Amino acid sequence: MSRLPFYIIVGLLLVLGIGTSLYRHIQLEVPWTPGEQRQVWEVEAIIDFAALGEPVRVDFALPSHQLGYRILTENTASPGYGLSFLQDESGRRAQWSIRRATGSQQLYYSVRLQVTEDTRRQQANRPELREVSWERPYDTAAAQVIERAWARSADPYTFARELIRDFNEERQSENTRLLLTQFERTPLLVRLLNQAGVHAREVSGLLLEDGRRRQTLAPWIQVFEDEENWALFDPRTGTQGQPENLLLWESGGRAVLEVQGGTNSRVTFSMLSRSQPAAAAVRSQLADDTLLNFSIHSLPLEEQALFQTILLIPIGALVVVFLRIMVGLKTSGTFMPVLIALAFIQTSLPTGLIGFLLVVSVGLVIRNYLSYLNLLLVARVSAVIITVIAIISIFSVLSYRVGLNAGLTITFFPMIILAWTIERMSILWEEEGPKQVVIQGGGSLITAVLAYLAMNNPWIRHITFNFLGVQLIIMALIMLLGNYTGYRLLELRRFKPVTED
Amino acid sequence: MWVRPSQLKQRGIIGMNRRNIRYIGRYNSRKLYPLVDDKLKTKLLAEKHGITSPALIGTVSTQFEVKGLGDMIAGHDGFAIKPAKGSGGKGILVIERVDQDGYHKPSGARLSLEDLHRHVSNILSGLYSLGGAADVAMVEALINFDEKLSEYTYEGVPDIRVIIFRGYPVMAMMRLSTAASDGKANLHQGAVGVGLDIATGTAVRGVQFDRSRHDHPDTGHELASLRIPDWTNLLMLAAGCYEMTGLGYLGTDMVIDRHRGPMLLELNARPGLAIQMANGEGLRRRLDLVEKQPHGLDVEKRVAFSQHHFARRGELRTLDEQPALAAT
Repeated sequence: MSRLPFYIIVGLLLVLGIGTSLYRHIQLEVPWTPGEQRQVWEVEAIIDFAALGEPVRVDFALPSHQLGYRILTENTASPGYGLSFLQDESGRRAQWSIRRATGSQQLYYSVRLQVTEDTRRQQANRPELREVSWERPYDTAAAQVIERAWARSADPYTFARELIRDFNEERQSENTRLLLTQFERTPLLVRLLNQAGVHAREVSGLLLEDGRRRQTLAPWIQVFEDEENWALFDPRTGTQGQPENLLLWESGGRAVLEVQGGTNSRVTFSMLSRSQPAAAAVRSQLADDTLLNFSIHSLPLEEQALFQTILLIPIGALVVVFLRIMVGLKTSGTFMPVLIALAFIQTSLPTGLIGFLLVVSVGLVIRNYLSYLNLLLVARVSAVIITVIAIISIFSVLSYRVGLNAGLTITFFPMIILAWTIERMSILWEEEGPKQVVIQGGGSLITAVLAYLAMNNPWIRHITFNFLGVQLIIMALIMLLGNYTGYRLLELRRFKPVTED
Repeated sequence: MWVRPSQLKQRGIIGMNRRNIRYIGRYNSRKLYPLVDDKLKTKLLAEKHGITSPALIGTVSTQFEVKGLGDMIAGHDGFAIKPAKGSGGKGILVIERVDQDGYHKPSGARLSLEDLHRHVSNILSGLYSLGGAADVAMVEALINFDEKLSEYTYEGVPDIRVIIFRGYPVMAMMRLSTAASDGKANLHQGAVGVGLDIATGTAVRGVQFDRSRHDHPDTGHELASLRIPDWTNLLMLAAGCYEMTGLGYLGTDMVIDRHRGPMLLELNARPGLAIQMANGEGLRRRLDLVEKQPHGLDVEKRVAFSQHHFARRGELRTLDEQPALAAT
C-alpha cells in the first residue's frame, strides 16, 4: 500500500495553496497583515470644450498601470455621450462621441490609484527616429546647439541633460534663443534629440499633490538609451528621473486630448490623497476575472460577510483535528465546539461562556426530569430543543430587563446542537457519572475557546478571507495530521504506569 | 506525570492514532463492521460457524413487542437485556434473580417490569446505539460463570478480552468488575484488568484506573494466582473469529461458562488499548511479528505459534530465543 499518492496530493495542495497566496500578495499587493495602510489617490479629469453643433468625437488618453501606481477603479460621467475604451500599443484611450452637441460641454473621468511599491519598470516601445528638417537659419543654429551639447556628453542621457541645460535661462545662447522664438520648448528638444540620433518622445505627466485643483499635465521627455531602457527628463531643468509623485498620463507620444467638432478644448485635473486600510483597498481593486485572481471580493457585500464566517470554519476544524489527534482531548460531539466557537464570535467570549454554561446546566436539570417521563428518544430530544429555546428566550428577556444587552446575543447559539449536547451529556452522566461529564464538557469548552481564539484573531480572519489558497494549505495540514501515527500528548500520561516497572 | 515518547516506543506501546491508521484502517474492511457492531448478527454468524455463545431467549425489535417482554422472560431465573448495536457495554441490563418483588440486579437493586419495559423501549429508540440509530433488544440467558473465577470478581461476569490479529491471538486480559464499575467489565469505568499470559492463561499483572494492582479491590483476593481454565480451547475459539468475520484486527470478548465452556460474548472491531496497560507490555512487537507470518495457516497452528512466541513464563524462554520464522 503505497503512500505516494497521498504525499503527491498533499504536496500539490501545499504548492497550489502557497502559490496562489504568494501570487495574490506579490501580483495583487494583498498584504499579509490587516493593519497595513495604503495610500490611494483619487484623480478627476474635467474636459471642457465648446461644441459647434455638429458630430463630436473626443479622444482622451488614459493612464495605465505603471511604476508606483495601480489603477483600482475608474469612472466616467458624460450625459448623452457614447463611450468606449480603446487599447493599443501606445496606451489606453477613452473615446466619447455624440451625434450633435452645442455650447459648453463637460466630460468627467475619475480614477482611483493605489500607491504601490511595485518596482518593475513598465515596458515602453522605443519611438522611431523622425526625419528632421529645418528652414534657414534654424538649421545652423540647431546644428551648433547639438554640437555643443554633444561635445560635453558621453551617452544619450548625458547628451539630453546637457541639451536641456543649454536651454535654461542662465546658459541660453543666441542659437537657443533663436530656436525658441520659432518652436515650443519640449517639441523642440525632442526634435534636436532626434536629429542627434537619440530616440526620444514627449510624454505627459501629472504631479500628484494632495488637494490640488485645476491642474494641468506637464510635458516630460522620455529618452531611450537602447531598445528597452529609458529615463525621464524634466524639460525645464534637465533633471533626470521620475519624481515619486509623477503619474504618467500619456506615454505613447500622442496627443492627450483630441476633440473633433469642438473648440477651446482643455482638460484640468483635481486630486485627493487618502489613506485607507489595505483590506479596503483590496476590496476595491478592479476585478480582473482571471482564475488566479479568484476572490470572494467579486461577490456582493452581504455574501462576502457570510463567506467571512464560512471561511473560518476550516480554522476551527483544524483546531479540533489538532486537539483530538495530537493532544487527545475528548469532546462531546466532534465538531460541536466549532459551532459553539462560531456562536462565541457573535456573543463575545465571557457572555458566550456564561450563556453556554447556563443553558447547558439548566437544560441538564430539565432533561434529567424528562428521563423520568419515559419518552421515546426523538420526542425527548425534541422536547429538549424546545426547552433550550425557552431557556434562551427567558435569559434574553431577563437580561434585557436588567439592562444587560449582552444577554440578547445568547440567541446566536445553535439550539439544536445545544439540545443534542445536553442529551449526550445527560446520558453520559447516567452511564459514566458526573466525572466524565466534566471531562468531556470541559474538553468541549477548551476546544471551543481555542477555536474561538483562533477564529477571532484579526490576522487569521484577514488571511483566510483574502487568501483563498490558505484553505488548500489548511486542507493539506489536516490531511497530514490524519496520517499521524505517533502518540497523543495525553497518552504520554495515560501509558506512564507501563513504563514504571 | 508525563513520559517521553521514546520510552513508550521502546516498550512497543501503540497509541490511538497508530491503532486507527495502521491496524484498524488497514486490516478492518469497513463493510465487515456491521457483523460485529450488531451483536445479533454476530450471534447468528457464530452459530453458523460452530462458535458457542450465550443462548438467545428472544429479541424485541418494535415498540409494539415491548409489552410481550414479560411473557418472553417468564420462567427464566436470570437473563441479560442488551442493545444489539450498543458499544462499550452501554445499555446492558443484567437480572440475576427474579422473584415476586421484582427483578434483581447483581448490585441488589430491584426493578419492576415497568422499568424493564422502559429500558427495552430506550434500546429500541436507539439510545445506546452508535449514532442513535434504531436498534433491537436481545434477551440472553445468564452465563453461569466458572466458580473458580468467582472470588476474582464483584457482581458481574468476568470476561476475557483477546486481541486477534490476522487470526493470531496476540494479547489477552481478563476484566473483573468491581463495585466502582457497577458490575460492568469496562476498564474506564473502574473494572480491574488482569493481563494474561498467552501461553498458559495465567495472570501477569493487574491494573485499575490505569494504576498497578495486586488484589481485587472488593473481594481482596490476590490476582497472581488467577489461571483461566480451558485456556487453549478459549484461544482457538477466539482465533476462529478471524475466519468468521474476516476482520484482521479484532477484539474478542469471551466468557467461561460452568457447563458449556468458553463462549463468545461479543466482538469489537475497534478494541481499546488498555490491554497494554494490563499486560505491562506494548502490542507493537507482537503485531510486527504476526505481520511477518504467512497467510492461510489453520487455527491450531496459529494458536500454537502465539502460545510459543508470546509466552511470558520461564519454561519457554530457551525456545523463545530461536528466530521467529523458524517456527513456520
